[in-house]
Amino acid sequence: LAQTSGLINNLRSEDTTLSYQGTGSAVIDMENTDDTSGSSFEDMGEMHQRMKEEEEVAEEAEATEEETGEDGEFLGMKGIKGQLGRQVADEVWQAGKRQASKAFNLYANIDILRPYFDVEPMQVRNRLIESMIPIRRIHFPQKIAGELYGPMMLVFTLVAILLHGMKTSGTVIREGTLMGTAIGTCFGYWLGVSSFIYFLAYLCNAQITMLQTLSLLGYGLFGHCVVLFVTYNVHFHSLFYILWLVVGGLSTLRMVAALISRTVGPTPRLVLCGTLGALHMLFLLYLHFAYHKIVEGILDTLEGPNMPPIQRVARDLPVVATAAMNAVNATVKTLGVILQSQ
Amino acid sequence: IPPSHLFAGLSDVSISGDIAVEGEINVPVGTPSQDKKYSTLDEPVKDTILRDLKAVGKKFVHVMYPKKSSALLRDWDLWGPLLLCVTLALMLQGGSVDSKEDRGPQFAEVFVIIWFGSVIITLNSKLLGGTISFFQSLCVLGYCIMPLTVAMVVCRLVLLGGSWGFSFIVRLIVVTASFSWSTFASTAFLADCQPPNRKALVVYPVFLFYFVIGWMILTFSPSA
Repeated sequence: LAQTSGLINNLRSEDTTLSYQGTGSAVIDMENTDDTSGSSFEDMGEMHQRMKEEEEVAEEAEATEEETGEDGEFLGMKGIKGQLGRQVADEVWQAGKRQASKAFNLYANIDILRPYFDVEPMQVRNRLIESMIPIRRIHFPQKIAGELYGPMMLVFTLVAILLHGMKTSGTVIREGTLMGTAIGTCFGYWLGVSSFIYFLAYLCNAQITMLQTLSLLGYGLFGHCVVLFVTYNVHFHSLFYILWLVVGGLSTLRMVAALISRTVGPTPRLVLCGTLGALHMLFLLYLHFAYHKIVEGILDTLEGPNMPPIQRVARDLPVVATAAMNAVNATVKTLGVILQSQ
Repeated sequence: IPPSHLFAGLSDVSISGDIAVEGEINVPVGTPSQDKKYSTLDEPVKDTILRDLKAVGKKFVHVMYPKKSSALLRDWDLWGPLLLCVTLALMLQGGSVDSKEDRGPQFAEVFVIIWFGSVIITLNSKLLGGTISFFQSLCVLGYCIMPLTVAMVVCRLVLLGGSWGFSFIVRLIVVTASFSWSTFASTAFLADCQPPNRKALVVYPVFLFYFVIGWMILTFSPSA
């Protein structure tokens, strides 16, 4: 009896080793297409998977041995412990498998986004310039690039510019941090307004996809970046209003024209484009006035009571920087006075 | 004697009672190849720490003189970035005027910016078709923060002497130099792993990342 059971064991272990070899080679073939080096987490995940498979094979071999019964009797207490050990090993293997598959899913999700980042620097540059040029051909759906690299970089650039503006204006954020506010505002606008416009487009039967609204709105932020970069450094309110109308208006017109070309009917067009235009221009206005330094002298002479809504607390700025900024503001103020007198 | 009788006694062999059997059972632990490798579990702690410190120090030298070597990439480790990040965050903490109302960049904020910024840049470079692995990229970006940390130390020393007129100019020059050094050093390692026409697409986020950190260092003013 012992001899026959030993034979069966041998056969079973051969089966398992054969099946392991079969799956092992398949795993190796698939992984060879990826060009990563030794200590990447993908390789660690694969090693993990293989270790777990080996453990499973060893477990199965143990299980078949223990099922012969005589060994169990002879081992006595160890028989129970073997059962417990097997369950614990099983538990560990399940947890490890779940972890590995979660890691693999994360990796796979990155691959889903890969085609949207497939751009050349020349293309990005061209699209940045085109985002300021409205196209008047609205009887044919305009081409909107479905790309996410440019919009993401623009959102991060806007975050950096906002930080610069908040620091130099001495903005005090009470509930939260500067960085958190900047990131939250910019990403919230980009993702939130894109989703809202996509939802409205769905209601108005416009032919546009979510990717295209994200891309359109993202490239529309290029105008915002330019305007804020200029006006956070040169504090001249009339200059801001001119830039707001011209640059903001151009990028809004571009987006609006693209949307009109993809919508049918006057009312849907009005609804969609009105909403987008209003949100886009108002966002630029909000960014300027909420995170921007007021120079009291200029306000008094050139503007009326345009007080921003957030309270300000003065902060110690470096002396030289303040002196430089005062000099710039003084020159601009005199320019403004000269212009007004003319 | 008839042959059947020879083996008759052998057919039932029974032993009454238990017979004690002595001997040793040896289960071979591990495979022979593991025995050949030097086990680092038995060495003294000093050796382990010194070996790791030497590896970290060697990488620092590579950052200071960024040549196109693959030592940083081959054996990546995250000790150096952690050390630099913690140092920078500690030094940047408490840069506020009133400790009650306004808070300068807190420890957690700097930590989060550095690590999440690195993760985003890594994801971006992978999505653009880079051949570098996730942790290698984190390692490179973390080690290249070193010039900015040095700049932070210099700025603090300059500010210790009081905020005199030139201090802003000096700090501006130091921070700009170290930020461009960081960007150059990291692109020397990262840009090699990209297709040649997309280097600019990878360099820009790195530039932005170090610019934000440099900006945080430049606008740091210690509490009065």
